[in-house]
Parts: sequence; C-alpha cells; structure tokens
Amino acid sequence: MQSSKFAPWDDPDAKPLIRFKNVTKRFGEFTAIDNLTLDIYEREFFALLGPSGCGKTTMMRMLAGFESPTEGVIELAGQDIAPVPPNKRAVNMMFQSYALFPHLSVWDNIAFGLRRDRMPKRDVEDRVEEMLRLVRLEKFAKRKPHQISGGQRQRVALARSLAKAPKLLLLDEPLGALDKKLRQDTQFELMDIQEKTGTTFVIVTHDQEEAMTVASRVAVMDQGQLMQVSTPDRIYETPNSVYVADFIGDVNIIQGRATPEGEETYRIDWSEGVQPLTAKSSNEFAAGQTCHLAIRPEKVAITAERPEDAANAVQGRVHDIAYLGNLSTYYVELPNGTIIKAQTSNTRRISRRTFTWEDTVWLSWTATAGVLLAN
Amino acid sequence: MRRFLLIAIPYAWLTVLFLVPFAIVFKISLSDYAVSIPPYVPQFDWAEGIMAFIRELDFENFVFLTEDDLYWKAYLSSLKIAISATFLTLCVGYPIAYGMARAPEEWRPTLMMLVILPFWTSFLIRVYAWMGILSNEGYLNQVLLWTGIINEPLTILNTNTAVYIGIVYTYLPFMILPVYSALDRLDGSLIEAAEDLGCSRAKAFWLVTIPLSRPGIIAGCFLVFIPTLGEFVIPSLLGGSGTLMIGKVLWEEFFSNRDWPVASAVAVILLLILVIPIVLFQRNQQKQAEAEQ
Ligand SMILES: Nc1ncnc2c1ncn2[C@@H]1O[C@H](COP(=O)(O)OP(=O)(O)OP(=O)(O)O)[C@@H](O)[C@H]1O
Ligand SMILES: [Mg+2]
Repeated sequence: MQSSKFAPWDDPDAKPLIRFKNVTKRFGEFTAIDNLTLDIYEREFFALLGPSGCGKTTMMRMLAGFESPTEGVIELAGQDIAPVPPNKRAVNMMFQSYALFPHLSVWDNIAFGLRRDRMPKRDVEDRVEEMLRLVRLEKFAKRKPHQISGGQRQRVALARSLAKAPKLLLLDEPLGALDKKLRQDTQFELMDIQEKTGTTFVIVTHDQEEAMTVASRVAVMDQGQLMQVSTPDRIYETPNSVYVADFIGDVNIIQGRATPEGEETYRIDWSEGVQPLTAKSSNEFAAGQTCHLAIRPEKVAITAERPEDAANAVQGRVHDIAYLGNLSTYYVELPNGTIIKAQTSNTRRISRRTFTWEDTVWLSWTATAGVLLAN
Repeated sequence: MRRFLLIAIPYAWLTVLFLVPFAIVFKISLSDYAVSIPPYVPQFDWAEGIMAFIRELDFENFVFLTEDDLYWKAYLSSLKIAISATFLTLCVGYPIAYGMARAPEEWRPTLMMLVILPFWTSFLIRVYAWMGILSNEGYLNQVLLWTGIINEPLTILNTNTAVYIGIVYTYLPFMILPVYSALDRLDGSLIEAAEDLGCSRAKAFWLVTIPLSRPGIIAGCFLVFIPTLGEFVIPSLLGGSGTLMIGKVLWEEFFSNRDWPVASAVAVILLLILVIPIVLFQRNQQKQAEAEQ
C-alpha cells in the first residue's frame, strides 16, 4: 500500500529510522541538548533550524558517533547506536568546517571513503567522476583544498559525503557559502539524489527558505530543545509559539487579551481606545487570557480606503518602505505607535507605486489570517 | 636603501661568520704540515707575491684522505650512526610529541617546559651524568641487579649503545618540538572525518596524522641528523675505542697530531657532506611555507 502523500510521521505503525529518546548532552555544566525526543523516518529530508549555539551540530555529532549522549538513547533502525564506532556506522557527515584533507587533491578527498570500502579501482574512478560532475568541479580535480575557493571547498565536502551513498546523510550547513543560484541548483540536486537513492537526509541550515524548499519536515530548536517539529507549511502557517512564528519568516505579533465570542472566535483587546480585533482560533482561550496574534505581512492588505467587509481594519501612516525587488514591505505606524508590516507584490514599476512615505493607509485582514498563540 | 640594508645584514653575518672562516679553513687544507707556528706552510709573504703563494697550495691532503681508509670508514660510520640515531630519536620523540599534542590544553605549557628543561644545565654535565648511569657500577646496573633482572652487570658505557643513548637523549627536544608543532596545528575534525568515512583509529592515524605531520618529522630529522653527523663530545665520552666518528677523528688530527692541514681537509669534506641535507632541509621548509599560503 503506497499512500500518495509521504507522511510516515502521521502513521502510528511506521518505524522511525532514527529515534532520540530523552537525549540529554552536557558539556561539563553546560546543557547543549536538553531531554530531546524525536523520530526521523526513512527517506525523510529533515531540516534542523535554530539560532547559533542551539545544539544542531551537537545532534549531528551524536548521530555520527563523535559524541555520546550524557543521558538517553539514540536508536538507528531500532538498534542503540552508542556502542557502534563512527567508522562502523552507515552514516556520513558533511562537517560545518568541511574538514577536507589538506594533503590530498580534490579527487583523492572524494575517493577517500570509497577506497576504505575496498571498492574496485574502476568503480572508484566512475563514482568520483560522477560526484565531480554533480558539484561541477571537474576542472578542479587535481587541485589541493587550499587552491580553491570557499564555495568550491564546500562543494568538495558535499561530494565527499555523498560519494559513499550512505543510509543516513548528515549535512551541517552544506550550502551556506554558495551564491543563490548555485545554492538553488544544488538544493534541487540534493532533492533529486534523495528521491533516486532513498537516502535519509538530516540537514542543518540557517536559511529558512532552504529548509522550506527541501525539507519534508522542519524542526525549530532553541537552547537544546525542540520548539516545533512539523512540515514546512504547517510550521509557517500554524506555528505553535511566538518563538517559532518569529523565527520562521517575517511576522507581526500583536499582544492582547482574548474574549470568547462565539465558536472558535475571539475578540482581542490590544490597545486603549483602538477598535478590538477579531480572530478565529482552534486553540482554547479563557476570557481575559493574554494572547498573541501572529500575522504574516503578506496576509495584511494595504488600501487607501477602508475596505467594506474586512473583519479587522486599522488606519495608519506609511513609516517606511522596504523594496525587495519582487515584493515591497510597508512599515505602517498606527496612532498608538505600533508598527505593522504589510507586504505586496510589485506588479507595477516602482515609480508608479500606489503609496509612498507619510501616506495615510488602511491595513486589513480576515479573521482567519492570523494565528492566536498563548505564548 | 632600507631594503638593501635589510638584505645586507644577514649577508654580512653570513660572510663574517661563515664564508671567511670557511675560506681560511679551506686555505689551510690546501697547505702542508710543518713544524712551525702556525703548523703549516706556505705562509703568505708580501715580498714573494700572491702567485708564488698560490702555486704552493695543492690537494695533497684530500688525496691522502682517500688513501688512508681510516677516514672514509669514519665518514661512513658517522653517517650510519647519525642515520640510526635520527631514526631512534624519531621513534622516541614522535609518541612523546603526539602525547603532548593530545594532552589537555592546560597541561601543555608544563609538558613543553619539561621538554626544554634539560637545556638549563650544561650539556657536558648531562653527558657526564650518563657516564654515571651507564657504567658497570652505575645506577642502571645497580637497579637491574637489585631487581634480579640480570645477574651480571651489562657493559653499556664505551659501546655504540651508549653513544646512541647519548644522542637520542641530547637531541630529543629538537625532534619533539617541530613534530609537536605540526601535530598541534592538526585539526581534530580531520581525524573525525577520516573515521566517518570508514577508517579505524589506526588507519586514520596512518592516512591523516602521519602525512600531515610530515613537515615536522622532516624538520626534526634534519635538526637531529645535521649536528649528530659531526658530533664529537658524545662519542668521545660515552663511546669506546670501537666507536668511529668523524668528529672524533677531526679532534684527534687537530689536537693530538697537530696536523692542521689534514684536519682542515676532514672538516671541508664533512661540510660538503652536510651541505646536501642542509639544502634538502631548506627545500622542505620552503615547500611547507608555500603550502601554507
Ligand atoms: N566540545 C564542547 N565543549 C563545550 N561546549 C560545547 C562543545 N561543543 C559544543 N558546545 C556548546 O554547545 C552548544 C551547542 O553547540 P553546537 O555546535 O551544537 O551549536 P550549533 O547549533 O551547531 O550552532 P551554529 O549554528 O553556530 O553552528 C554551544 O553553546 C556550544 O558552545
Ligand atoms: Mg553548528
């Protein structure tokens, strides 16, 4: 039975490939990973997202076998991996620092892992050539790592980790040093490889757009804990906390007090003398409970006149405009000083745009546009 | 002008402290032995002119070195001892350097201190101390007899073994320091990467650690080999009559036989032998500097 949608995490019978069970990792007094429980399934493209120092590399290193958990168990295909040394794990890692062998050429770096498997010489050659083509470094095969650019080095590291076609591939910021065009191409190559080989990928990235593009699921981490693990669209559309909403993409956060008003509908009083807002939410809020309304800027419409049928509408003054090429973000200051961001796509030339600095405008959004969060 | 000065200083240094003395020694090696002060002829005489002086110089002493097999045997034996001793020093020094590089960060200055510490006492005193340790009634034999490992004292002093011990002991820091500095610079994640790609610990050591510490190994080997080849104090104090080293021969020619011309010829040949490893050493340093750019 092949279901059309790949979602083993929704299937209670699915066996995870990797299972973190209450894993804690301490370095001396410092807790890098804090009682973390997580399942990652076979053929997943799992992205770890989080601020610097939140423990992403530490998780990778535990999977690769360079660190062992202080508490808890990590299972790979149902087996506790603690006693398995790194060279016996069907896991390859691309290091954040690349860790290329400086005394070996690009070619030999990529061939290094294959040779350890006593692969026949011809096969090694074919495989290395294939990898070089993939990362577009055919011309640089003979160079040493110190003779190529930072982005090229990153690609060598990627090729080296891909070469052995492991069951599980750990990529620690694999594309950070590449320009946008090459990064997008490589992202698609990675997804392609993943589709062809069925390798499970765990990828660390600082680029949320990248996580959104490639990942089957995204985990947002903070200080050694998982804040939310979900599919990219759910993380974006229904973040479970202000932290996640704020971390992924641009967002307006409006703090206020909720009052139930009919089924799954709340009135939000958020500022003295301003009309209350209306929002729908499946999360329960008690009367008077503090709540945060998170609305993405692209869900806020900007108009000159007050729209007739909008559930929420506020008036303000254009404080600033950020021109992003295809999009423009308007920073609108409300009478009470709050700044709300609204984003529109630039379908016209910039000289003909409708609003400019200091214009008085109306911002509006529907009751379902935002997410109502408790914290 | 400033650039000229900057280059001039090392060249002046080299000229005064190396080229001029070498020219003098070379001139003496072309002279003949004589019972006079200084003990060789010809002496330069303004009255006769430079041509007459040069006409009297010849390569007789160098020819003599090839005729008496004592000399080339001494050169060969020195080479053999220097090569073996360098290898032994590497075998002892590498593990020490490796241990130092992997020791906790806060211990390293102390360990480094311990390696350098012996330099604080005179080299001669330390070699004499080894005589006390290695002699038949020495501490080593006493301990071994007392623990019952041996029944009769071992004869170590005045053998080649004692010379090797002395050389390894004396030159060990020259091996440890460059190897340590190479290992210290080695990025630990490279070993992890090697293991990640399927190497065992030992294999990773062989394929990554050794090649990457090679510049340090080469530098250390030259730093031990070059002074060992002409070493005189250690073989004359710890070695026996069977220990043949060119440094000792040189000393005897000079001070016992007072044959300055032959001694100078021995020294010139020794220098020529040493030029080869020194040039190789320079090459290695240069290549390393280029690789690090
Ligand atoms: N060997 C170690 N000893 C002590 N502390 C460590 C060690 N390794 C990591 N840490 C700490 O653990 C925390 C998590 O580190 P980690 O490298 O996993 O961060 P990261 O999420 O990968 O960050 P970045 O995005 O900057 O790479 C950091 O605060 C770091 O200082
Ligand atoms: Mg990291």
